[in-house]
Amino acid sequence: MSNTPAQFTRVTKSYDNVEALRGLDLTIRPGELLSLLGANGAGKTTAVRTLLGLTKPTSGQVRVFGGDPRDAKTRTRVGAVLQIARVPEMLRVREHIHLFSSYYPNPLPMTEVIEAAGLQGLEKRKFGQLSGGQQKRVLFALAICGNPDLLILDEPTVGLDVEARRSLWKQIRAFIARGKSVLLTTHYLAEAEALADRVVVLHRGVVVKEGTPREIKGDADTLEDAFIDLLEAS
Amino acid sequence: MRTYLLEIKYEFLKALRNPAYALPTILFPIIFYYFFGVIFGGKQTGNVKMAEYLLATYGAFGVIGAALFGFGVTVALERGHGWLEAKRTTPMPIASYFVAKLAMAMLFSAIVVLLLFTMGIYLGGVTLTFAKGLTLLATLVAGSITFCALGLAVGFFAGPSAAVPIVNVLYLPMAIVSGLWIPIQFLPNALQDAAQWLPPYHFSQLALHVIGASRGEPVAVHVFAMAAAALFFAAIAYLGYRRDTAQVH
Repeated sequence: MSNTPAQFTRVTKSYDNVEALRGLDLTIRPGELLSLLGANGAGKTTAVRTLLGLTKPTSGQVRVFGGDPRDAKTRTRVGAVLQIARVPEMLRVREHIHLFSSYYPNPLPMTEVIEAAGLQGLEKRKFGQLSGGQQKRVLFALAICGNPDLLILDEPTVGLDVEARRSLWKQIRAFIARGKSVLLTTHYLAEAEALADRVVVLHRGVVVKEGTPREIKGDADTLEDAFIDLLEAS
Repeated sequence: MRTYLLEIKYEFLKALRNPAYALPTILFPIIFYYFFGVIFGGKQTGNVKMAEYLLATYGAFGVIGAALFGFGVTVALERGHGWLEAKRTTPMPIASYFVAKLAMAMLFSAIVVLLLFTMGIYLGGVTLTFAKGLTLLATLVAGSITFCALGLAVGFFAGPSAAVPIVNVLYLPMAIVSGLWIPIQFLPNALQDAAQWLPPYHFSQLALHVIGASRGEPVAVHVFAMAAAALFFAAIAYLGYRRDTAQVH
């Protein structure tokens, strides 16, 4: 198995006359947090879905740790927080984690998962009784309970207040600190600025810029200004 | 194996803790049976007591409800809300998801049927030998498979908000025309003819056969109809599943 968490090679994806990805080349390196930025329709979600083996590229290749993202063996090394409209509300936090842990060969101990996701004291709550921020932390717990080496976070802090967002950032940083890799898509440029080692800007299905948050920012005051300039230029 | 057991356990807990599922699934057959079977249950119909006859048909009614709501509606919701897809990103064996729902529907079916037995015996004066009771229970629970397949087909084609209305539109008319509420011989001839085409009719005749109150058609016909319906619905469900996982989008 390759050490490279994920590699896109000239990946295209078209459906319904839309070209969501038009020759995407992208590598997620070991130990980094890569943030994927882009306006709606830039291809972020399609990139995430191909990486998770939920959709097949029209052409090109996606490899995750050298393997096919659709193989169960590959999936044991990947965790994901997706945008889910509703999660079964009648199960308790620890029950959700217990079930998901059973899918993996070497899951983390329950107490470690609870702590890593900041869910201490909420183990016995039903999912439906939690706040939005707490629910997101449960999804984070489900993503890391299998002890994955690559974590994929698809707009994980959408709809969260500042405090809940900061709390999740802390957990993401702790995950990275253990030498693991993260792919984060986000609308919040401040989030990319705060967390990312590297930022990739996606526009109409191709990478238009890549670098550290500082490099992308260049002379602009904020990453947001730089981002808007970039989109207007392309 | 452990995943399968846990999936079943939590599927059952989810259903049990969800009043919108558990209450109607358990209470409707019981209330209807109490009304039609216990209060008016003393009369004879054919060669059995009404309370005994309706025990078989309301048992079938309860089993179908548990299957359609437990399987159909929950799949439609979890699929529509992205939960099934989130699970598909894990190494979970996909079969465990469906096996757990089937097991849950069967378990709920067994609970409903046993509650009806208890009512029938203690309130309706039903007398059943242990062997007959066990055969009736097994027949009813096994029949759940056909209606789980129907529920699955609905679940893979209905959106989260359409699933409940669609299931209701299928469930109640099918149940009534098939003679699950009122014995089939009391229905107009046109409905009796139409019932031949409905899986619940064949299901209830199998249950009635156990207590010697079927209309005397060959058991093989009913078994064949139930199996054919199960395969047909499963094939439709499979098309929906294939469409969902075609990896197009």
